[in-house]
Amino acid sequence: MSIALQITDLSKTFPVGKKLFGGATGGVKAVHPMTLSVQTGETLGIVGESGCGKSTLARMLVGLLPATTGTIEIEGSALDNADPAEFGKRIQYVFQDPISSLNPRKTIRQIMDAPLKLLHGMDRKAREKRILEIFDSVNLRADFLDRYPHEFSGGQAQRIGIARALAAQARILILDEPVSALDVSVQAQVLNLLADLKREFGLTYLFISHDLAVVEAVSDRIAVLYFGSVVEEGRAEEIFAHPRHPYTKLLAESAPVVGRALSDPEDGHAELPNPLDPPPGCAFAMRCPYATDKCRDAAPELEQIGDDQRVACFHPLPAGPL
Amino acid sequence: MSAFFKLLARNRLALGGLIVMGLVVALALITPLLPLVDPDATNTANRFLPPFSDGALLGTDALGRDLLSRLLWGTRLSLAVGFAAALFAAVAGAAVGIIAGFYGGRTDNIIMRAVDMLMAFPYILLALAIVAALGPGLVNALIAVSVVNIPFFARNIRGITVGLANKEFVDAAKLAGMSNARIITSEILPNVVPVIVIAMSTTIGWMILETAGLSFLGLGSQPPQADLGSMLGEARSALITNPHTSVIPGIMILIIVMSINLLGDGVRDALDPRLKSGALSRPMAATRVDRKHTPAPEARTEGILSLENLRTEFHVKDRIYKAVSGVSLSVKPGECLGVIGESGSGKSVTALSIMGLVASPPGVITGGAARLEGRDMIGARYGDLRTLRGRRVAYIFQDPLATLHPLYKVGDQLVEAISSHRAISKSEGRAKAIELLKSVRIPNAEERVDSYPHEMSGGMRQRVGIAMALANDPDVIIADEPTTALDVTVQAQILSLLDDLRRERGLAIVFITHDFGVVAQLCDRVAVMYAGRIVEEGPTMEILRAPAHPYTARLIACVPELGAGKRKLEAIPGLPPSVDALPAGCAFADRCLKAQPSCKEGEILLEGTGSRAVRCLYPELSLSKETA
Ligand SMILES: Nc1ncnc2c1ncn2[C@@H]1O[C@H](COP(=O)(O)OP(=O)(O)OP(=O)(O)O)[C@@H](O)[C@H]1O
Ligand code: SF4
Ligand code: SF4
Ligand SMILES: [Mg+2]
Repeated sequence: MSIALQITDLSKTFPVGKKLFGGATGGVKAVHPMTLSVQTGETLGIVGESGCGKSTLARMLVGLLPATTGTIEIEGSALDNADPAEFGKRIQYVFQDPISSLNPRKTIRQIMDAPLKLLHGMDRKAREKRILEIFDSVNLRADFLDRYPHEFSGGQAQRIGIARALAAQARILILDEPVSALDVSVQAQVLNLLADLKREFGLTYLFISHDLAVVEAVSDRIAVLYFGSVVEEGRAEEIFAHPRHPYTKLLAESAPVVGRALSDPEDGHAELPNPLDPPPGCAFAMRCPYATDKCRDAAPELEQIGDDQRVACFHPLPAGPL
Repeated sequence: MSAFFKLLARNRLALGGLIVMGLVVALALITPLLPLVDPDATNTANRFLPPFSDGALLGTDALGRDLLSRLLWGTRLSLAVGFAAALFAAVAGAAVGIIAGFYGGRTDNIIMRAVDMLMAFPYILLALAIVAALGPGLVNALIAVSVVNIPFFARNIRGITVGLANKEFVDAAKLAGMSNARIITSEILPNVVPVIVIAMSTTIGWMILETAGLSFLGLGSQPPQADLGSMLGEARSALITNPHTSVIPGIMILIIVMSINLLGDGVRDALDPRLKSGALSRPMAATRVDRKHTPAPEARTEGILSLENLRTEFHVKDRIYKAVSGVSLSVKPGECLGVIGESGSGKSVTALSIMGLVASPPGVITGGAARLEGRDMIGARYGDLRTLRGRRVAYIFQDPLATLHPLYKVGDQLVEAISSHRAISKSEGRAKAIELLKSVRIPNAEERVDSYPHEMSGGMRQRVGIAMALANDPDVIIADEPTTALDVTVQAQILSLLDDLRRERGLAIVFITHDFGVVAQLCDRVAVMYAGRIVEEGPTMEILRAPAHPYTARLIACVPELGAGKRKLEAIPGLPPSVDALPAGCAFADRCLKAQPSCKEGEILLEGTGSRAVRCLYPELSLSKETA
């Protein structure tokens, strides 16, 4: 298998306290140097709670946000100029809010035309043909093309968003919470459509979500993010069933599951670290029941553990069921 | 577009403004065709002729010039200059605003500082300074008036642009290969134009007045050329002896500015989408009630809160949206009832109807009762309803920011919530606020009581939202998706908090959600809603184990469960019907695999035995066979 997407030491620091002239006084590290790879045809799930850097990572990957450090390689060649159009042909993005990702004053046809015309320079007839093909593969009717975005339901709008991403003919799609704004019955329709498209066009997905069950259902591998870093990475069927990092375990135990008694695994004490003044050691130490002095002094690195799992923790949980 | 004119026409004042303005503009346009004498022809023999004199309908001025002719030509000039100034200010201001808003960062900073500096000068002084620098003359007055108005447009347009530039469709356009220039013209501009039109229509009247002001001071149009301001200025010395020379142009200025401003307000209202939905049209204090049959004001009920056949509709233009069509529910003290359903199934409207919180217009409660300890609250007087809100029945909403005021400390808001129902001293209030924050497990409550909402995390704010709901020891809490916006670890905290509270305090909770996992963990019983009706009801565990309604069964099947690995999900094809065009019979029939022709005829009842009930002709399991 070949590597579709390789990121190496990718990080992002947002400057804060910027003055009119002169530099910033400090910075918020939204994404700490991160190394990840996605195989061709694979779905890598990214989970984490709000503010952990999921969307910042996604936006760097498609060139909407310049990275502070690190490199992005797609199918072996580096993407170094931060021109979204250059990225656009190779990696595309599906947005969380399907309605607000469509310009309210444009018809669906105008929206679909843009990537075909600007990225691939297709003429009118070729565009028309291609749009109909794409619409067919995402189960949308051709008569939707001359309507405006507000006339569509969330599920239909999200299918239009996926169709637009397909039009760019990128083989890697970043799906940033693509179903969180949708109802469960529609959510399943869109997830199944994504699975079908992946098979049909040989796509590679990076699937970002805060919903553990959804991520588990669609991913081959999952990376768990906490406070801008990957804390654990492993096979989808393993990672929540046999978590090795205390945070992954906390996530898995917090997810509401039919038939499990209600409990607050943390007993109401959850304080997130301050991003302006991050702790020197493990970012999870203040919430971690296994924390030791070592954890508070130094930050653990992501290291191989077992066959196919990586974990960033000095005292990983023993292998075996939860 | 026609909808726009209809809205405009509905506003009587704006329509009046439009007609008057239309007449004035028409007059100005045809002025060169009218048989008027030369406006600049002096005739000192006929100085100060009064109005209605022979050959001079409106009289003459100090130089014996015909006032009617000067008035019409002057109006023409004033309008032209005013419109040109407005257009110039709008175009320049919009360009500045769009560039600042779109590029942001340093570009924005520098541009907006410059704009702020322009705005710091008193308006008329700045205009005077510009004319002083350029020299008097109509064109220079026009430039001055435009320039002083640019900041107004720039600020407005920048604000809108910043919002648009952060929209996802702009990111999508970048990824589609659009250059920044193209994004500005094809993505941003079309969304900004209505705002520019609104800003123009509300300021053009003032710009005409400002140009007239400069001419009045002799800095605008130069003699003998007439515009309304210079006519007024020249008539100043004869104000007492020959008032008609100043009254006539004065009235014209008044007519123009008034009619333009009325029209401008109308245009703004018609183009502002918030008004289109009726959201700003004076909502009533409680939902309008219009029931055909008024149920008994008192009745014995089982639970503390019982809904009987509640119906709530939205009347929008000629459409009727039946958001809630006949919902019956009840909760006992210490019980938690889950209401589950997809978006638009009527969960929130049901919850809001109970305390008359549905906005009217367009909401109307058209039938049924909502009883608190047997007493119907839907027919209750507003005063009674108000004392019950918060005191006996409290709400927790999805977005805690909707209930918390951003500018007050959370402690003060808690005290406010208590003191609106009973008198409480300051120190007692503070102590109670701290106690409430502790009861929702906020760490170091003594300090947090002085925090502002924005200083707290989402989960913390939602706990304050719960503390607000608990402030007056209510008997019933209605929680509308209180954890949907929260992270799973925070959600687990909030859910277990609510669970403890109902056990400790005997609270009855109505918990609205779309998440089966949450229902399973927290709720004793659950009601499943579809298209404004309950389609199945019963004990949570029984329904989850063996759903009776095909919709419930398939809804449960579509939710992925943690721990089952990668798989294909069961989807329900299609969408729920729109509640303004509900089909006859079963609303789920179009999506149901078991549908028969009989499903699409007549009313299907919610029937069952014992604790369970289902609204289906061919349920997944027959409830009558079950042990009742
Ligand atoms: N102000 C309004 N004007 C017109 N129709 C409305 C209004 N508010 C709600 N509706 C309609 O009433 C129906 C029920 O809406 P409701 O908000 O109760 O759904 P819900 O089940 O709470 O959905 P969600 O899960 O999205 O919160 C919907 O069809 C909705 O479009
Ligand atoms: S490194 Fe220490 S504090 Fe961090 S997760 Fe592991 S045990 Fe907990
Ligand atoms: S009534 Fe008929 S269409 Fe409706 S859910 Fe039951 S079987 Fe399906
Ligand atoms: Mg709702």
